[in-house]
Amino acid sequence: MTGVHAQGAGADLPTHMVADMFKPLSRPAEMIHETSLLVLVICAVIFVVVAGLLLYIVVRFRKKATDNTQEPPQIYGSTNIELAWTVIPILITVVLILVTSRTIGEVQNAKLPEDALQIRVVGHQWWWEVHYPQYGIITANEIHIPVSSKDPQKARPTELILQSADVIHSFWVPQLAGKTDLIPNRTNKMWVDPYTIGTYFGNCAEYCGTQHANMLLRVIVDTPENFEKWVANQKAPVPPPQTPQEIEGRRLYYANACVNCHTIGESVSKGIFGPDLTKLMTRQTIGAGVAPLNHENLLSWVRDPQILKVGCLMPNMQLLDNEVEAITAYLETLK
Amino acid sequence: MASETIVDPDFKVPAPERVGEEGKTWSHVIQNLVFTVDHKKLGLMYIGSGLLFFVVAGIMATLIRVQLFFPRSTFLDPDVFNRFFTMHGTAMVFLVGMPMIFGFANYLIPIMIGTRDMAYPRLNAFGFWVFFFSGLLLYFSYFGAPGLYNAGSAPDVGWFAYSPLTAKAFSRGHSTDYWTLSILLGGIGSLATSINILVTTFCLRCKGMTLGRMPLFVWLFVVVAFLVIIALPPLSACQIMLTLDRYLGAKFFDTQAGGDAVLWQHFFWIFGHPEVYILILPGFAIANEIIPVFSRKPIFGYPIMVAATVMIAFISLGVWAHHMFTVGMTSLGNTFFAISTMVIAVPTGIKIFNWLGTMWGGKLHFELPMIFCLAFLFQFLIAGLTGVMLSVVPFDWQLSDSYFVVAHFHYVLIGALLYTLFAGIYYWYPKAFGRMPNRKLGLWHFWLFTIGFHLTFFPQHISGFLGMPRRIFTYEAGRGWEIWNQLSTIGVIIQIPGILFFVFNLIYSYFKGEEAGDDPWDAWTLEWATTSPPPEYNFEKTPEVRSRRPLWDLKHPDDPDWKFE
Ligand code: HEM
Ligand SMILES: [Cu+2]
Repeated sequence: MTGVHAQGAGADLPTHMVADMFKPLSRPAEMIHETSLLVLVICAVIFVVVAGLLLYIVVRFRKKATDNTQEPPQIYGSTNIELAWTVIPILITVVLILVTSRTIGEVQNAKLPEDALQIRVVGHQWWWEVHYPQYGIITANEIHIPVSSKDPQKARPTELILQSADVIHSFWVPQLAGKTDLIPNRTNKMWVDPYTIGTYFGNCAEYCGTQHANMLLRVIVDTPENFEKWVANQKAPVPPPQTPQEIEGRRLYYANACVNCHTIGESVSKGIFGPDLTKLMTRQTIGAGVAPLNHENLLSWVRDPQILKVGCLMPNMQLLDNEVEAITAYLETLK
Repeated sequence: MASETIVDPDFKVPAPERVGEEGKTWSHVIQNLVFTVDHKKLGLMYIGSGLLFFVVAGIMATLIRVQLFFPRSTFLDPDVFNRFFTMHGTAMVFLVGMPMIFGFANYLIPIMIGTRDMAYPRLNAFGFWVFFFSGLLLYFSYFGAPGLYNAGSAPDVGWFAYSPLTAKAFSRGHSTDYWTLSILLGGIGSLATSINILVTTFCLRCKGMTLGRMPLFVWLFVVVAFLVIIALPPLSACQIMLTLDRYLGAKFFDTQAGGDAVLWQHFFWIFGHPEVYILILPGFAIANEIIPVFSRKPIFGYPIMVAATVMIAFISLGVWAHHMFTVGMTSLGNTFFAISTMVIAVPTGIKIFNWLGTMWGGKLHFELPMIFCLAFLFQFLIAGLTGVMLSVVPFDWQLSDSYFVVAHFHYVLIGALLYTLFAGIYYWYPKAFGRMPNRKLGLWHFWLFTIGFHLTFFPQHISGFLGMPRRIFTYEAGRGWEIWNQLSTIGVIIQIPGILFFVFNLIYSYFKGEEAGDDPWDAWTLEWATTSPPPEYNFEKTPEVRSRRPLWDLKHPDDPDWKFE
């Protein structure tokens, strides 16, 4: 599988790039999966029976070359038969209703333990803002969570608190859970409980404007130890820039409008319109998954974000070549 | 001015030119079209313009599919792509589906109930022209909408235009206004036509045609007309609210000022779900006429078919939130809408079984209309089953807004509705034009289109299972979606010649088709009792009927239906 990049936290984990909902690796995706399989089987049986009947009728009652022109017997209906084929669908429906309401309850009304990890995800046109209120961390686009366990004693599920800053988005990582919308003025909740480490892929699943297609999601599920390491790193102060180019880049960053939209740690750069850049270099991609985060792509992005992600809400800052290089060099110290 | 008048002693009042008769020159043809109030001409005009918009919207769909052939393809810009799928969806629903069904209603209802025209012929013409200009208005957005720098031209908010994406802050310029106005306008036409259908069927039935003897076709359109009248006002209301939001500082959906984004979804889907049935019931209506004739048996369980239709329509008013299982309703709300949705499967199942029951023991003639109806049965079965899957809320949490949904509703809209429309066109073509459609060309149409259709849309179920969301203009390589998208695009390439055969057949048979005669299919309803094409007044003497199959009674005096009904 592709998608493994040299850079970024968790880049060495196995990737689950094909987000097959029939290969769930977490609750509630697994609970949904079981229900779905049952429904699929019921539907397949109905399909085979009815399509078979249709085929049989087409073959058996076709007009044969030898037929005379006489009309077949005229039948207008039969109450008993009608009754039979009303009752059978009703029975099937009842089964489906029972199964459905049970799974709805299990997923929606699940009680999460006290120590569940909480993450607040805020949808933006076309990226994700990610908060860890219990840890005081803010990041973007890539969500790190510790792996949980099938053993209820050891399980540490994650609760996602979903909000939106502009239009409606939807959080969908099929192998972890079904989707839930992020709606402005509302707070939605969902939870995941993965039991296999790896990087899970997903998308924004509600059309949200120009770059809806490039509002990609990565959930990086790692061991609790590695997760704690990641947390510690996210909280650690950023080392100051060293080389003259990096220092010049920092000056340029602060002298330009970058600060109006982005936040970098405890500095005057406190903008919240764009993604937090404090630990930019610990991420695997830029532009919410539009391209791997490497030197070339970062240069290109700083020169003109509209090249990699046309229509995105970060403007071209009209920088000179040496400014682009300097700012990129500075950004590359943010790890 | 002087008060005296100048009188020319030689002046004669010119004899009024008779409008809509000669049809010799182009200007006559145009006059004829513009001034006509004849339900048959209007019906054909509805169908013709529906086909025209179908081609435009189909070209947009083709370009969408070409863009999705390769991952990270740069064939279309995202904005262009987003406009295409919005215009494609909006046009297919409001400018193709709606006029096609109204075209059939207009053409057939008066003849089927043995009367001379719709109750309000002028209102009928008004409805058509309002619809037609609403379509032009929508497409005019490509030229008229750009306002601000970087603002979109055509609408690009998706055919259900979720707020707050439509708010001024996120949709600049005027594209959304064109969308809103066009839909409002089209809605006026649909309401007018629906009222006309109801008054016509309730007041103008010929002697002896009780409600219980109306062809099922007419019955289903009565139900459709009621649904339109109930479902359209919420749509119009929310369009007006949206315009108030955008221009007069109202805050219904403006979330930045405390408005409610989900409110739009309720309004829209209270219209939108019944709309699905408004589109599919006419498909059933056509099948109800064709399947019996080509099975040589009366429809099985007529009263139950009527009851099931009314039940479907009624329940369809209470299922709208099944489009909203992911917005975070309570488990109770989700369960309620899951149940109401699943319950619809029961009357729908009854319908399928009754069609099978009609064919059982019959003598199936595989003429073009019947072939399309058989494909309809097969495809609607699939569409219905994927619909059941979507109604299972947890499954829907995965499938909603994925390509699975795209596959599902195309199996409904193409696999069921469009196939029955094709069937209907082939079935009543001889009536409308006096000539038979060419069978060979029709078979080419059928096979190419059917293979292409399944190749296009079946793989989309799978890309949906693999996590592909809908309405994305591109995707990255390696997500497992390439092959399914490629098959899908190839399918479209196969469908296109199918459609060409269809269009060619319509034109070719008009000039070269075999003479049809009044009743080429040996059918039973009143439209086959008059000439092909019918005269402007339909019947010289308005007929009188004694059963549901008046022509059967005529042809079988020894074994008439009225003895058994
Ligand atoms: C030639 C046949 C057709 C093809 C190849 C086709 C293809 C497509 C494609 C590729 C999409 C976009 C899906 C996405 O981006 O998520 C789409 C959307 C849609 N299509 Fe079709 N389509 C066809 C005919 C129809 C017909 C006949 C109807 C209805 C009468 C229809 C109704 C819709 C609707 C309602 C949408 C959703 C639009 C939206 O997302 O806003 N299509 N179609
Ligand atoms: Cu989004």
